[in-house]
Amino acid sequence: MGINRRNFIKLAGITAAVGVGGKKIMGELVDDTTGLPVVDTAQKASPLKAKRWAMVIDLKKCREKQGCTACINACHAVHNVPDLGNPKDEVKWIWKEDFEGAFPSADHKYLEEEIRNSHALVFCNHCDNPPCVRVCPTQATWRRKADGIVMMDMHRCIGCRYCVVACPYGSRSFNWRDPKPFIKEINPDYPTRMRGVVEKCNFCEERLDRGKMPACVEACPEKALVFGDLEDADSEVRKLLREHYTIRRKPSLGTNPEIYYIV
Amino acid sequence: MYDGGKIIFGIVVFLALVTFPIWFNVAVGKTDFAPDPKIVTVGEQCMASGEYMKRKHMDMLDVWRDRVVRDGQRTFIAPDGKEYEMSLSNTCMKCHPNKTEFCDQCHNYLAVTPYCWECHIEPKETTEVANGN
Repeated sequence: MGINRRNFIKLAGITAAVGVGGKKIMGELVDDTTGLPVVDTAQKASPLKAKRWAMVIDLKKCREKQGCTACINACHAVHNVPDLGNPKDEVKWIWKEDFEGAFPSADHKYLEEEIRNSHALVFCNHCDNPPCVRVCPTQATWRRKADGIVMMDMHRCIGCRYCVVACPYGSRSFNWRDPKPFIKEINPDYPTRMRGVVEKCNFCEERLDRGKMPACVEACPEKALVFGDLEDADSEVRKLLREHYTIRRKPSLGTNPEIYYIV
Repeated sequence: MYDGGKIIFGIVVFLALVTFPIWFNVAVGKTDFAPDPKIVTVGEQCMASGEYMKRKHMDMLDVWRDRVVRDGQRTFIAPDGKEYEMSLSNTCMKCHPNKTEFCDQCHNYLAVTPYCWECHIEPKETTEVANGN
């Protein structure tokens, strides 16, 4: 079968759009004095790459160290997450949720006490089918096709908070106030946020580009957080998924979360 | 015209007051003020010519931010072949750490208030640089 009229028109439209957009960018980036185009290339400094980033969290190890907040502290320090001191304005990237709140469908009243009273480490699930992305009117949040990370573009966020409502995991926080005065120690390598934007975990996308593991993974003293490529059958995450029974948060919603928990 | 003299006198006074800032500055001799962004890093070369940067830095930063955030590309090859990380705080501000004397000079003169620094962190200016005029 050849190309039909509908597909031809679609293809022609896309080609034209790409042509116009591409020309504009190149036109802006020609050095006027030398006449040379200013070009960029692929990154250096051997970034960590994967087809599908995912994480496996061993809650057994987590339970052994009740009250440990190494991962939370590390993440919030690296990403300049403010501590506003009250739950109403709270901004968080990674936090502890009680077991029932994290896994409502896995909870029942005869569940082992130790598990039932425990807390699960939760953050953005970087869903394969992210509802936050579907509702964003400006594409300020989107799912990166190359590695599945659900990204946030603070420059484009208009603060409508549709994504906050759409996310079934509560992973997104809104900056009701200017966060800068509430950051204990500002990390100059990562930007802060301004009032009126939504933020969440970014799987340490900026650290992966520099060849570093996510801050929470690096900080965990028990090595309870394992990060890796889900598409690579030999990766450590796949090994853990093969060896252990794992659950995910609210899988019945069809969001296809990519954080797996060993309980 | 009733009260013509008063009206004309009133208009003259009004115009004199409204244009006061213009002729006052002419009289004092401040009309030739031009912004003078200070470059503190001696011997370093910018990644593009000064002329290009003066006119196009905002366009370039705009493209940079899309490349980094949207496309995940972080390295930039300048016309002379050198590689730079596309980062306002970590590349531009390394050579131009004096925001008040460099960026703000022209931005204030032109009354533009880019909101880059509401999130991106400018280097702490030492008192030596700040009082350097």
